[in-house]
Amino acid sequence: MDAVANNEVVSLSSLSKGEHATVLSVIEDGQSLGDEQASTIARRLLELGFVPGAELEVVARMWPGDDPVAVRVGGSMFALRRREAQAIRVRRGAAAAPTTDAGAR
Amino acid sequence: MDASVIAAKDLRVALVGLPNCGKTALFNRLTGSRQKVANYPGVTVERKEGHFVGPSRRRYLVLDLPGTYSLSPTTLDEAITRDVALGRLAGEQRPEVVVLVADATHLALSLRLVLEVKRLGLPLVVALNMSDLARRRGYALDRERLSRELGAPVVETVAVAAGGADELVRELERSGALAPAVASAAAAPAADWRDPTPEEVRASHVEAARILKAIGYRVPLRSRAAVQFDQVLMHPVGGMLILAALLFFVFQAVFAWAEAPMEWIDAGVASLANALNAALPEGVLKSLLVDGIVAGVGSVLVFLPQIIILFFFILALEDSGYLPRAAYLLDRVMGSVGLSGRAFIPLLSSFACAIPGIMATRTIPNVRDRIATIMIAPLMTCSARLPVYALLIAAFIPDRAVGWMNLQGLVMFALYFAGIVSALAVAWVMKWRSKGARYHPLMLELPDYQWPNLRNLAFGLWERVQIFMVRVGGIILAMMVLLWFLSSYPAPPPGATGAPIEYSFAGMLGRALQVVFAPIGFNWQISIALVPGLAAREVAVGALGTVYAMSGNDPDLATTLTPVIAQGWPLATALALLAWYVFAPQCLSTLAVVKRETGGWRHPLIMAGYLFGLAYLAAFVTYRVALAFGGG
Repeated sequence: MDAVANNEVVSLSSLSKGEHATVLSVIEDGQSLGDEQASTIARRLLELGFVPGAELEVVARMWPGDDPVAVRVGGSMFALRRREAQAIRVRRGAAAAPTTDAGAR
Repeated sequence: MDASVIAAKDLRVALVGLPNCGKTALFNRLTGSRQKVANYPGVTVERKEGHFVGPSRRRYLVLDLPGTYSLSPTTLDEAITRDVALGRLAGEQRPEVVVLVADATHLALSLRLVLEVKRLGLPLVVALNMSDLARRRGYALDRERLSRELGAPVVETVAVAAGGADELVRELERSGALAPAVASAAAAPAADWRDPTPEEVRASHVEAARILKAIGYRVPLRSRAAVQFDQVLMHPVGGMLILAALLFFVFQAVFAWAEAPMEWIDAGVASLANALNAALPEGVLKSLLVDGIVAGVGSVLVFLPQIIILFFFILALEDSGYLPRAAYLLDRVMGSVGLSGRAFIPLLSSFACAIPGIMATRTIPNVRDRIATIMIAPLMTCSARLPVYALLIAAFIPDRAVGWMNLQGLVMFALYFAGIVSALAVAWVMKWRSKGARYHPLMLELPDYQWPNLRNLAFGLWERVQIFMVRVGGIILAMMVLLWFLSSYPAPPPGATGAPIEYSFAGMLGRALQVVFAPIGFNWQISIALVPGLAAREVAVGALGTVYAMSGNDPDLATTLTPVIAQGWPLATALALLAWYVFAPQCLSTLAVVKRETGGWRHPLIMAGYLFGLAYLAAFVTYRVALAFGGG
């Protein structure tokens, strides 16, 4: 974790690898997603579990351009392109719940 | 109620679930080999149905519906799932019971889907699949409470273990026996369905979370090994290197491991031809059987081992959860030419055969992405082009070392590489032409790693083998018989001096085509061979064999043909033919599949046209350049 203030509101695309955050909203106005299918994309993001209050973790970011990103949310992991990631508003930092059985095995 | 009446009535059961929930494995477990794969009426989505007979002698017709996250579809596959579940799809009866297959290791999303599916009003059974795995990872829940909350029976299944579906079968027997009347009433089409609104989706997440809490669901932990795997396999540099090494290994294996079985098939075909030769009297029937059918079908059958090995790797990688990660790694590269990372899987399959590759594009939600992937799939060097490459390389490229590599191998690699590069270029041109293109999301799930299940691999492989064998048995067999006829009739006039084929229909056709192909260095024999090569590329080798020697008692045409063409053709012609086959107007069965998948003649015609144009251009340039460098 760097010195960035916790609780800052950013888009998912600006999180770095390993960072945790809480979903605030999915932008549906098409500004970020571009066109009339924005609502379809936003709805699918909701269905996949990017709902307000969901905790997520950035697992990997592809190089170059950090596109796509791999995000773990609600027990599943999804690859999102940069623009989908930009449509998701999050609050940085979260009570990091353990996601692995560290030590076991 | 009369038990025999109940027993006599079949119950239609539909399996619904998220992608990667092990639904198909459960389907295989329930129905075993009693499956049939077809298409839904009017659309190209694969319809998998099977049946089994329960202990009460009642027969269950099980439909494996395409995996979906919700009943608001974003792909053709997902639309089918919704429409079948609603009884809206013409020609498809509405199921009477829905089995919702939930992945016990990721219950949250499955549970949300349950809440949506409940609105369908069909009798519902929830199967907690992969419950063994979930338990090993410390999962716990109150199953009775879950059943009460959902208002539906909840059973545990382990699709990959023998007997893993027994509990589900018992439940189906119980609920099916209870309510055949209810089931039939529910099976009428639902009239008042509307897709859930975003607010309802959010509400269903909240409700799912509440239920999870109420039943004391403990999220199964991921093993630390899996997390570390991802750190390595999804690393921007390390992951790419591993992917490259893996693909190299797969292709190496396809060639090396297939060698022995291919020799067995060759030997088997040869001995069959010899036996027929000895047993049959001279005449038309013998010529048709030995020269036409055995030699022709044998020259295609020989690729079965390579196709099996390639599909073995593809299915194993898919089952293990690695392929979506490969798509993640390649998304950026493929996105730069307007493709989706999801296109990786269909394109990889196309190295075996473009047909399953094109069918696999159904998982690409965006229509334009999907069409672009279909259009370039034939540029992936399919195994049918191998025999042509192998023949020409053996005849014209010296077998000598270049550094630590072999020149012949290097040329083979260059041909594969040329196909990939041209595919990217074509995709880029298509992207550039559709300037106003909309944005296409990825939203691809990266499932947990798991060991591939041998039983499921076997089912998947058997399906591919069947597709291939039907192709061999159908179109290729017909083309070989037709070619044999064309090159045997009419018989040469008495006192003719040339080879009989020169007087046949095939000879006339070849001479006519030569007008078109002379500028790129093809002689009339090649011109004839290109025609059946349209049916299936690999047939071109057999056709050349037939053309060069209508005696053709040796079914191993590729070996006997090598010295003949090595002496007969200039190097420039051979190189031009290689260049031609990088693009090679693809086989008719590919075009037929493209027509089916795109729903019209437009795309197959464009495809045939652009590939023909590129092939001609590439062959022309190659021929002229080779001539200029003294390759004549």
